[in-house]
Amino acid sequence: MSRVAVLKGGRSLERQVSLRSGARVEDALQRLGHEVVPIDAGTDLIRRLREADPEVAFVAMHGRDGEDGTVQELLEILDIPYTGSGVLACVRAMDKVLAKHLMLENGIPTPAFFAFNETAFRDLGAADALHAIEDRLDFPIVVKPAGQGSALGIKFARTAADVPGALVAAFSYDDKVLLERHVAGRDLAVSILDGEALPVVEAVPQGEDFYDFESRYDIGRTSFVCPADLPDGVTERAHGLALHTHGLLGCYGFARVDLMLDADGDLYVLEVNPTPGLTETSLLPQAAEADGIGFDGLVERILQLAVVRAAA
Amino acid sequence: MTSSAMRDLMAITARPEVISLAGGLPDTSTFPPDTFAAVAQRIAAESCAKALQYGPTDGLPETKDCIAAVMGAEGMRADAEDVVVTTGGQQVIDLVAKTLIDPGDVVIAEGPTYPGAIPTFSSYQADIVQIDMDADGMRVDLLEQELERLDHEGRTPKFIYTVPSFQNPAGVTLSAPRRKRLVEVAHERELLVLEDNPYGLLRYEGEALPPLYALDGGVYVMYLGTFSKILSPGIRLGWAVAPPPVLEKMNVGKQATDLCTSTLSQLMVQAYFEEGRWRNYIDSLTEVYRGRRDTMLDALADHFPSQAEWTRPGGGMFIWATLPDFIDTTDLLARALRDNVAFVPGEAAYLDGRGRNSMRLNFSGCDEDTIREGIRRIGEVVAEQVKLYGTLTGEEGGRSQVAGARAEPPGAEVVRMPTPAERRRRATP
Repeated sequence: MSRVAVLKGGRSLERQVSLRSGARVEDALQRLGHEVVPIDAGTDLIRRLREADPEVAFVAMHGRDGEDGTVQELLEILDIPYTGSGVLACVRAMDKVLAKHLMLENGIPTPAFFAFNETAFRDLGAADALHAIEDRLDFPIVVKPAGQGSALGIKFARTAADVPGALVAAFSYDDKVLLERHVAGRDLAVSILDGEALPVVEAVPQGEDFYDFESRYDIGRTSFVCPADLPDGVTERAHGLALHTHGLLGCYGFARVDLMLDADGDLYVLEVNPTPGLTETSLLPQAAEADGIGFDGLVERILQLAVVRAAA
Repeated sequence: MTSSAMRDLMAITARPEVISLAGGLPDTSTFPPDTFAAVAQRIAAESCAKALQYGPTDGLPETKDCIAAVMGAEGMRADAEDVVVTTGGQQVIDLVAKTLIDPGDVVIAEGPTYPGAIPTFSSYQADIVQIDMDADGMRVDLLEQELERLDHEGRTPKFIYTVPSFQNPAGVTLSAPRRKRLVEVAHERELLVLEDNPYGLLRYEGEALPPLYALDGGVYVMYLGTFSKILSPGIRLGWAVAPPPVLEKMNVGKQATDLCTSTLSQLMVQAYFEEGRWRNYIDSLTEVYRGRRDTMLDALADHFPSQAEWTRPGGGMFIWATLPDFIDTTDLLARALRDNVAFVPGEAAYLDGRGRNSMRLNFSGCDEDTIREGIRRIGEVVAEQVKLYGTLTGEEGGRSQVAGARAEPPGAEVVRMPTPAERRRRATP
């Protein structure tokens, strides 16, 4: 039994989701007999952490600050053991551009892409290269902010005329955006717990052409199949790719790797979430459940991994 | 963008460091605390037990007298037995919907419409048809076309929901000829109309126009009134006036929902009205809000780019601003929140994904300096996006799609609604 600070909320656009993840983790920790100190991360975060003096911090924050290494860095400074990946892995995973470059360099298939800072358009005339990019990627092109954790700000450009508007939208969320070849197919997620890949979850959107922000979190908008009913060998390949990517980025404890399976049976890694959602509809808890690990068991495992790392 | 994403974004707007032009809040700090104390004192001394007790479902007779006074101020008369006192105006929308809507029924609303009505109608599975507006409010000619079209499909709307005066969110007011025609249409087609009139007494210029209820005499027009904007939203006190068969069902519905409206609130209103200064308070609110409206209009002219246009409300609490069509105001809100300023993205006022390049701005809830600063910040991020778009398309300054919007008064005459081409131009999922 430990005193655990649950970090949640914050100013990220995924604040609400994080509050839900956090509340659920708190309930589990209480059931497990731990002393819980809930902290909605704000300007008083350091003071509250010092007051709470927890043995472990459970990071249930998503998106900016909680998933990009910021909170992890602060916890390092305070010398508080924390759950999940360390600073470097968070930095690598949250920056989709960096993560995809690492994947390419290491032979992990990821959809073709080009990435730009706003300054490239503003100061270097990158707009003149848009046609060349469009030729290379083919429509539809997915335009997304480099550092946004959820589907907020992700747009489909179906024609060249859609691209500028989609870029303006994506730049609302981040100074860096990527244009990515759209891989049509099945939306898969492989959760990893303690170095082991859990059963694959497939997200099947209901009547939407895109697995969007709402259906990602609302019960009934997306149906999830776990374990996913996949052709022979696909699960093994998905597991292999997910573990490879997880290791490549240096993730620790738990994470979720999102992949696409196209019609030819090829798999592509889209991104890695170092602090995946833990809400009622989140994919990691579903995958754990399918593997016989209940939510309380999952939370305890994640907590113990933090303790083990700190002791190492 | 979808409603839960919107909720997630709106959750951040509530943080204290954010200048929120997103709310629909009256400024309750203008209410004199002494008056509040006197009213509470009087209730404690004279009607303590009654105030703490249940009351009749349709409301206390003394509250209905106050309601008669408010309606009288806008030239309406309603019999006490045709009135039900409700827990805020929102409950009227809910009770009318509950009473009249069967799943799949058509409800007509303005486009854009009050964002808070959409989830209510949707929860009763209404098929909401939104009629475009211009500077004179709902296009009643388009309404008639739509009714005709529905008629061909063998469908009759259950009712028409409208905010004729200083509409939320557009800020525009239904003109006198259109009011007359709308009531005629209701009579010709035997159609119910729900007139939502929270802002009628918050008029900053011009002559008052007759409410639909006054023109119709309460035959087809159901009336929704509220004390929220002229006294306090915290007391949760509104009312409905409706024809007896509808009213009876609303009473049954209300009984099931909450038995009765807060007796304490009702007695507070009664005691306050007996003091006789309620008109003066509305006058003082009107003064304050007029100044804030003018400040916001000036700030918009100073800080919004030439491609933007906005309405110039003669009253109420909201301005509706429309940006070039390449800007999605939901994404813009995410960007604006980084600069600690918020508004309501236009798509919240539509059910069909329209309104994506519009925003609702509230001018009643913040003081003038805050309004100026808030509009300055929004203007800055809009200018940034206009410039970026210009860079991306090689058209400096962006595609000017609203030519001459800065004519005097600035863009005031039109609530520019998205064109069909824009509606199709939805790069977003």
